[in-house]
Amino acid sequence: MIPELGQFSLILALLLAALLGILPLAGAQRRVGAWMALARPLAAGQFVFIAFAFGCLTASFVANDFSVLNVATNSNSQLPLHYRIAATWGSHEGSMLLWLLMLGSWTAAVAARSRHLPDEMVARVLGVMGLVAFGFLLFVLLTSNPFERLFPPAADGRDLNPLLQDPGMVFHPPLLYMGYVGFSVAFAFAIAALIGGRLDATWARWSRPWTTLAWSFLSCGIMLGSGWAYYVLGWGGWWFWDPVENASFMPWLVGTALIHSLAVTEKRGTFKAWTVLLAICAFSLSLLGTFLVRSGVLTSVHAFATDPRRGVFILAFLALVIGGSLVLFALRAPKVGGGGRFDTISRETMLLANNVLLIAAAGSVLLGTLYPLFLDALDLGKISVGPPYFDTVFVPLMTPLVFLMGVGPLARWKRSPLPELWQQLRWALAVSVVTALVLPFIAGTWKPRVSFGLLLAFWIVASTVVNLLERGRGVRGGVLVQLTRQPRSYWGMIVAHLGIAVFIVGVTMVKGYEIERDVRMAVGDTITVNGFTLRFDGTTDVRGPNYRAMRGSFDVSRNGAPFTTLHPEKRLYNAGGQSMTDAAIRKMLTGDLYVSLGEPVEGDAWSVRVYHKPFVTWIWAGFLLMAIGGLLALSDRRYRVASRRDEAVLPGGATAGN
Amino acid sequence: MAKKLLIPLVVFVALVGFLFAGLFRDPREVPSPLIGKPAPAFTLAQLHDPAKTLGPTDLKGQVWLLNVWASWCVSCRDEHPLLVELGRAKIVPIVGLNYKDEPAAGLKWLAQNGDPYSVSVVDRDGRVGIDWGVYGVPETFIVDKAGAIRYKQIGPITVEALQTKILPLVRELQKS
Repeated sequence: MIPELGQFSLILALLLAALLGILPLAGAQRRVGAWMALARPLAAGQFVFIAFAFGCLTASFVANDFSVLNVATNSNSQLPLHYRIAATWGSHEGSMLLWLLMLGSWTAAVAARSRHLPDEMVARVLGVMGLVAFGFLLFVLLTSNPFERLFPPAADGRDLNPLLQDPGMVFHPPLLYMGYVGFSVAFAFAIAALIGGRLDATWARWSRPWTTLAWSFLSCGIMLGSGWAYYVLGWGGWWFWDPVENASFMPWLVGTALIHSLAVTEKRGTFKAWTVLLAICAFSLSLLGTFLVRSGVLTSVHAFATDPRRGVFILAFLALVIGGSLVLFALRAPKVGGGGRFDTISRETMLLANNVLLIAAAGSVLLGTLYPLFLDALDLGKISVGPPYFDTVFVPLMTPLVFLMGVGPLARWKRSPLPELWQQLRWALAVSVVTALVLPFIAGTWKPRVSFGLLLAFWIVASTVVNLLERGRGVRGGVLVQLTRQPRSYWGMIVAHLGIAVFIVGVTMVKGYEIERDVRMAVGDTITVNGFTLRFDGTTDVRGPNYRAMRGSFDVSRNGAPFTTLHPEKRLYNAGGQSMTDAAIRKMLTGDLYVSLGEPVEGDAWSVRVYHKPFVTWIWAGFLLMAIGGLLALSDRRYRVASRRDEAVLPGGATAGN
Repeated sequence: MAKKLLIPLVVFVALVGFLFAGLFRDPREVPSPLIGKPAPAFTLAQLHDPAKTLGPTDLKGQVWLLNVWASWCVSCRDEHPLLVELGRAKIVPIVGLNYKDEPAAGLKWLAQNGDPYSVSVVDRDGRVGIDWGVYGVPETFIVDKAGAIRYKQIGPITVEALQTKILPLVRELQKS
């Protein structure tokens, strides 16, 4: 019964999405107030029915209802409760439903938090989001029904892929999708502005918090995904340039560009057409990512079931949504008009350069991801593009970007004299160069690449310090008092930029100094890695809730003194018979000690991987700081004040349904 | 309308064209340059009786499979039950190429997991593997009566590959 209710609820959501996609948009065009006023209740209703459907699927998983095909293929009666819940989005069908839940939530959130916006704008924004939801609801109902029954019911389920039975996997997809789908808000605002012909600073101010929020979620999602790969795949890598990873990274790059260009549009009224195009691109890349992952046009370590019908459907939808938006853009953008003028050396120029570099980076990731497909389609052969390509392309693009990150925030709008910038930044440059040259010696061996990476990181830190000092200079009360008066959005920028510095330190140190040892170890054997001595004390059999495991025991001492004991596991899952490596990691601020069991060799000996990964945690800490920076900027007073002031001006405005 | 505003649209339309074409291709299907070419010659010692040798010329006139395997190869365990079944059905002779392996370990492995092969030959240093373009174990080749390679399966044989590709092709080649 519950699955049928879920499916019925999805059909109702489809009908509401259809209405939401038609009436408010038509109402805004013909100025019919009643039709426009339907937008909010329809958005709320659509959310309720999608959420109910999602709840039904979760309930089927929790109740082990193996008469539902999706539950039978992705769960098992021995699976612990939290993974049964996470299994709701462990399959293709379930993850599409999660996608819809996120879209429904964002739509409902816009409906609830848009009281200060003109009715026409709200109607158009929600209408566009309704159209997107309609397409995806249709996709789920026609090609990927999560509620399909299995007759006769299975005695037990086939179990969730062991790779997905991990705490990171519980949170990674929801956060990633929150980010992906969140760009639909910026997209809807851009389309609404193009239709209405109203593209100005206020439009940018409305879009900004939504974009920043989506971007922060996406940053967290990427961070969790990378961390998951690090300790679940068992070989200590944290980023593989896999098509599926790239699919989440491209919207992030374009989203980063969008955040910066929205700032220019809001503050200076320029870059309008460009900003609109970026908003369209960010969401388009989210859709493209969904297509790449779901259609199986590319091979990837993230193996998903593929079905050409699904691919054709998403591609058609993609063509319609993105193609339509780009046509609208080509038609309407000329009317948008230019903005204020600015000099060659000004904050505008630097932000434009930032945008160009970020787009070039996103473009090269796209090229690298799709290149095998291009060649294959042209019958030029089969190839695969790997990390060497991406590493070669990425560093030269990121270097000027990091340089600009130091200069841009200090530059003035419109015109910024070079001598003044030089005056402010020469010490930052000197300090970062000297530190970058000296520090690798202390770490052990001097390597040019490490020195270069550290230069980039220290440049960001030093120029940020200069920025903080400049902000607080020459005002009564001193630097500290002045700094406490800075708006949260300023602090958001500072924290996010420092996050990049922390990230660069992590990447540089890992790439420069990591030690990887693949060795054969019998009981009693020792190995020394970077001052840590590990002694293999053999394995014991342990039983988990739904697996049996060989648990290794490694006694670790540091420079002779006892330090810790590590227990990596080799698990064999009962239901599917799949084996999994569970690495044991000792985390430290300056680096991880990483041990994982390979295969049993002979007797009681095992092949063992022992890694030392210096500063690897900093990679994820950097991303976390960026996300925190985004949230800080979001909590800025002016967004709250703006909405409160508008509420006071328009008492009881169109708030039906809230 | 300014022409440059159409650039994103044009780029996108081209992209959709490629994506559409990509939908109907299998990215995992890697062609082998040896398809249709005569099977590279070798004369290798047999695993069970090192005094005897075997080469493609000995098998001329019949359709046969060459399956590349090793005792250290994990995915070989996946396909092995299928091979054992196929060997028992005696539809087509299967020659095993014991690739970069210790003969003792190979013999022990066959004793444990079953021996589907009419004959296994020992390619200890992997030289024959290079001639045949082997870059991962397991791989399986179909050789026709004239001694030409007609098909190559990369990775373990699946039930689907066996039923839809390998067996139909073997039957067709046996008829001709």
